[in-house]
Amino acid sequence: MIEITVNGAPRQVDVEADTPLLWVLRDTLGLTGTKYGCGVAQCGACTVLVDGTAMRSCQVPVDSVAGQRITTIEAVEADPVGAKLVSAWVALDVPQCGYCQSGQLMAATALLKETPKPSDADIAAAMTNLCRCGTYNMIAAGIRQAADAA
Amino acid sequence: MTRLDDALAALQGSAPLNLSRRAALGAGLGGGLLLALGIPQRPARAQAMGGLAHARKVPSYLTIRPDGRILLQNPFAEGGQGIHTAVAQIVAEELDADLAAFEVQTAPAGPDYQVLFNGTRRVTGGSFSIRNTFAHFRVLGATARAMLLAAGAQRLGVPASELSTEPGFVIHAATSRRIPYGELAEAAAALPVPADAEPKTGAFRLIGTPQKRLDTRAKSTGQAQYGIDMRVDGMLQAAVVHAPRAGAEPGEVLNEAALRAMPGVHSVHRLPGAVAVLADSFWRARKAAEAAEVAWTALSGQPVVPQDFSSDGMREALRAQADAPGNPANDAKGDAPAALRAAAKVVTADYDAPYLAHAQLEPPSATVRFNPDGTLDVWTPNQSPEAFQGIAARESGLAAEKIRIHSPLLGGFFGRHFTYGNIHPMNQAIRLARAVERPVKVIWTREEEFARDAYRPMGFVRLRAGLDAAGKITAFHATVPGEGPVAKHFGTARMGNPPVDTSAVEGVAFKPYAIPNHRVEWVHVPHPINVGFWRSVGHSMNDFFYEAFLDEVAEAAGADPLAFRRTHLSDSPRHLALLDAVMELSGGWRRGPYEAADGTRRARGLAMASPFGSEVATVAEVSLRDGEAVVHDIFVAIDPGRVVNPAIIKAQVESAACIGLSSAAFEEVVFEGGQPQQRNFDTYRTLSRAEMPKVHVRIVESGAPMGGIGEPGTPGVPPAVANAIAALTGRRIRSLPFGKHRLGEA
Repeated sequence: MIEITVNGAPRQVDVEADTPLLWVLRDTLGLTGTKYGCGVAQCGACTVLVDGTAMRSCQVPVDSVAGQRITTIEAVEADPVGAKLVSAWVALDVPQCGYCQSGQLMAATALLKETPKPSDADIAAAMTNLCRCGTYNMIAAGIRQAADAA
Repeated sequence: MTRLDDALAALQGSAPLNLSRRAALGAGLGGGLLLALGIPQRPARAQAMGGLAHARKVPSYLTIRPDGRILLQNPFAEGGQGIHTAVAQIVAEELDADLAAFEVQTAPAGPDYQVLFNGTRRVTGGSFSIRNTFAHFRVLGATARAMLLAAGAQRLGVPASELSTEPGFVIHAATSRRIPYGELAEAAAALPVPADAEPKTGAFRLIGTPQKRLDTRAKSTGQAQYGIDMRVDGMLQAAVVHAPRAGAEPGEVLNEAALRAMPGVHSVHRLPGAVAVLADSFWRARKAAEAAEVAWTALSGQPVVPQDFSSDGMREALRAQADAPGNPANDAKGDAPAALRAAAKVVTADYDAPYLAHAQLEPPSATVRFNPDGTLDVWTPNQSPEAFQGIAARESGLAAEKIRIHSPLLGGFFGRHFTYGNIHPMNQAIRLARAVERPVKVIWTREEEFARDAYRPMGFVRLRAGLDAAGKITAFHATVPGEGPVAKHFGTARMGNPPVDTSAVEGVAFKPYAIPNHRVEWVHVPHPINVGFWRSVGHSMNDFFYEAFLDEVAEAAGADPLAFRRTHLSDSPRHLALLDAVMELSGGWRRGPYEAADGTRRARGLAMASPFGSEVATVAEVSLRDGEAVVHDIFVAIDPGRVVNPAIIKAQVESAACIGLSSAAFEEVVFEGGQPQQRNFDTYRTLSRAEMPKVHVRIVESGAPMGGIGEPGTPGVPPAVANAIAALTGRRIRSLPFGKHRLGEA
């Protein structure tokens, strides 16, 4: 048994120690808002927060985050910064297919918690998740709107 | 007739779409089914494509719940293009309801949802959806409204003529009474469906205005459910490993006992062309599948990719046919070869484009469950429920009407989720679920997806243009050797005589320029690998070939690219207006090179395209950095005739421009030794945030017949960028992607 803390709740999971956090979230805990896209930390669809830092959960062995605070998209609005971002996403209709947006929002949440008023360069450096629908400009607009709402 | 009609004639009745017309299972609407009585229908007023055959089947489409929520069964799948919102917007207009009251899902397989091809078929694709069902959904909404008015008249004891509606309410103005639709729905369902309700005349309240999408909040909070998220009680999860080269079969799994001893592993299975491991979680299944030692045996059963097949070899095989006589597309006129011989100046060039992956972010999956009552439930991403139902019937041995196809939100599609043969998670899941008598979910890893995609075909063209002494094009003769997805999957039998694959030639053929001697020939050269429809299909590369070449011809004529296009469009007010619109949007034409405010040296390129019934003009502004093109701004003027939701159109054009630029700049699946070399996003580069230009969109409503929206923004981008690169460097890029060429200043 490995104990992890997900969205504020301690959870015991009976999986191999090297199981990626992504699959623990999706299969063991049923938190399917975190997405599988590539499995090699290229696309960012699986991004979650680990102690506030954006991490690509497909490459995070679950035993490496035992005892750390994991936040997934399902709890994004419990964070005031995350809630502002969701509001901006809704106001601007940022998503298209939506599949990458959980990861985009978690990466954006980490960015704004670290840098409340990000420059274009800050956004470019932090927001490296792929979007096949090409919502990149809308994502940047959503981040700016959420930052301005702070 | 038009190329579209050709394409549809090709598709009509051909095998992959030729499905059972037997009645489907119940619509699966569950509780709250109020407007749900069967009603006789009046004969359809068939239209060329969409028609009204099913437009009055209100109970199949609409459920109004007591709380006023409106559940709409949409024939089309939502994969980001906004179709759930746009269809609801049309229905809400005529029903006179709030758009926000709608919940939309993709309808199950069934005859009432065959809203294309004169009421006989449906697919989500070809940018068909809105333009071919606009009338259908208007009549549907108007019919439902008439039923609610009739129920209101009954309840209030007044003539229906005294009643009106406001969004969500039936109104009796004389007595100031208002009845919510939710209170009338049950009574309305008991009334006959009127056969004569007509759409409103006069101004629209919703249609033509930017309306919010219905799915944004779910997609911004992790609540949206995709096929890959499906879970059913008692299911096992499967990971598959396909043969290294398509066509090989698994002989023996040499370490099967060791795999079965791994944590959580249930069983190991041989499937056509693949090995599968079932386990209690996907990760455990995947670990075991990747550890499988498989003796792949002689090729059998499946389409075989030769051991020596390569992209380089295929390109040369196409080039070898570039002067072969082919079958002419139906826009041929005059005598192009003779006019070429007589021309004052001749320009000739070869262009090519690579195989591409769809690279939709959600990997394919399927969840299947055989039920005790003899039915089968299937959840799988798809653009064509009836086609999948037919395949599931063959694979399972069940009658089609025993199979429910659930069509979840698509995590991107771009053409990926049609039926492209039997190597598919659904077929695999059906076999596995049969074998273990439990529900099964199959997920393809990204690596398996890139290895078994139905790729955008490699394209090749030889282009020849003749100019007269005045610098006008007198002759155009193109040869397109190759094969599009239509010929690949539907055969050539219904492509006319002689057959022409419009999906191979569109964008080289069917251009608007006035050229007196014109001939585009198709030479059928099959692809040994699977190919499919990819956003804007043939246009995705052919408009690059044509419009980049057109700039070469303009240069040979000593003409400016804009002036040269205008000269050859002088009889087409629609295209001239579109050029005016894109020039106004982009602040006026200047080809460059010129120095921008930030000190970079920039140039602009122009291109036009006529895809899917819409007209598009594109300008790109480009500079160079470290040998790569940097695209700063893309300006797109699009004329889809008329519009439903301009906000969604702008989002779709920006999306289409992004994938167009991504394909032109970076994307390429390279085959060597019969195998694709790119198996994940680390080697298959797609456009990232850093390379995303600003995209400016101008919608022109010319009033022409409604065109498509999802795909038309793509084809103009690659040539507009290539033409800007040529202006900057003097170098013509004739082989995509740009990224394989190191670019330098002129």
